[in-house]
This record gives sequence, structure tokens and C-alpha cells, in this order.
Amino acid sequence: MWTYDRHLQYPVNIKTPNPALAKVIISQYGGPDGELAASLRYLSQRFGMPDKKSKAILNDIGTEELAHLEMVGALVHQLTDGVSIEELKKAGLDAYYTDHGVGVYPQSAAGSPFSAAVLAVKGDPIADLTEDLAAEQKARATYEKLINLCKDDPDVIDVLRYLREREIVHFQRFGEALNGVQDKLAQKRFYMDRK
Amino acid sequence: MNVENNKQKMLMEQIRSLAFAVNDLALYLDTHPCDTKALRCQQDYAQQLHDLKQLYQKEYGPLTIYFPQNSWQWIESPWPWEKGGA
Repeated sequence: MWTYDRHLQYPVNIKTPNPALAKVIISQYGGPDGELAASLRYLSQRFGMPDKKSKAILNDIGTEELAHLEMVGALVHQLTDGVSIEELKKAGLDAYYTDHGVGVYPQSAAGSPFSAAVLAVKGDPIADLTEDLAAEQKARATYEKLINLCKDDPDVIDVLRYLREREIVHFQRFGEALNGVQDKLAQKRFYMDRK
Repeated sequence: MNVENNKQKMLMEQIRSLAFAVNDLALYLDTHPCDTKALRCQQDYAQQLHDLKQLYQKEYGPLTIYFPQNSWQWIESPWPWEKGGA
């Protein structure tokens, strides 16, 4: 099970709302390389892992991704909090407002609703862990694009930089887990006689 | 911002830093379970985190629903995703 800690993993304090930034940052909530996809990918793949290290790392990184999902949601929420209809319209959020109002809906920056088609669960530890390495790099690249788009807002960039760094740490840990699985598969097999 | 508010904020920042360290160590130890230096850090930070969380919760309200409460303070303070939340 999970329990809720009543604090963010890293603080989100947006002083000035900016709905145009929320419109693109929402991609890390429910987009193809976002935190919802990451958490579901790892937490679903963990059931098929063969050794202690890979089970643990998928469980624990999957859990951390849920904390990141909350941080991205907080960003979107605070960037649009109290914004007038006129400002929402100017930022191109009139269509979003029509369907979702002030809620945070898991969708990509381009407006596609979240889809489990963006993740894979192959039930094969090499295939799954290799996908996870790519997923971390794609998320890292997305955060870099978002940082480029948010240049004039230091409060937002600070949070995006933190999240970007975590992708790099996760990439490292998945690489170690993959090495562990490969070592295990390379071991000479011994068959015991049943007597 | 008053003094009491500042104290609460500082304590939360300490808790957040320790929680981050413990989480990051957990990921490291998942793939390096025999690293005794990392394990000693884990013991130290996890103990500090536990003590500071107890202190915070007694003073400013629960951080989890598992903390015993006299009145239902859980719903009172701003939520983490809101402005002014932790």
C-alpha cells in the first residue's frame, strides 16, 4: 500500500501565475514522457522482475514518480490559480477550460488525453529495464525543452531543474539494475539431482 | 510572516531535506545493498527524520493520518499543492 506524506518532495511556490507555462508543463503530468506514465510503467513492470535489486528499484522509483506527479500538478495548479477567463483565453487555454475548468487533467501539451499506449510492460526484464533507461532520457529531454520555454520564470525553472536531475539519477539506478539482471542471466546454471 | 510561522517553515525544510536524503539513499542501496558507508548514512538520516517528524507533528499538526490526533487537524492547513502549503 501507499501512505500520503503531507508535504511535496521539493517545494513549489509560484509567485506569479502564468497560464501559458501551465499549458506546456501539463505534458509532464499526463503526456507521453510524463510522471503518470513513468509511475505506471515502473509499478506495473515490477511484478515481472527476477531479482531483488530490480524489484526494489522499480518499486521505489515508481513511488518517487508519484511524488513528481504531485509536484507537476502543483505547478499547473499554481500557474493557473486565480487567473481570469480573459488571461486563460489569451494563453490558449479556452479549450482546456471548457472541458476541465480549474482541474488538472492528465494530457499532453498538445491536448491528447493520457494513454497507457505510451508505456510498455513486456514481462521481460531486459526489454523492460531498457525501456526504462530510454524513458528517463526522454523525460530528461522534455524537462530541458520546458526549461527553454520557461526562461523568464525562476520559480518554475527551479522546480523543473530539480525534476530533470532526478531523471538522471533514475537512469543511473536503472542501468545498475540492468547490469545485475544481465549478470544473473550470464551465470552458469547448475541443475540439482532430486534424490 | 511571524516568528512561529518561520520556525514551522524551517523545520519543514529540514524534514524535506532529510526525507530527500533517505529516499535517494534508498535508491542507491537498492542497487548497492552492501555499501556500509551508505547504510550508516541511512541509519543516521532516517533516525533524524523520524525525530524531527515527531517534533513537527506535535507542534504543527499531522504529516500522515497515522499520527494520533485529538481533533481532526488533518483537513485544516493548506495542502502541499496549494499556495502556502508544505
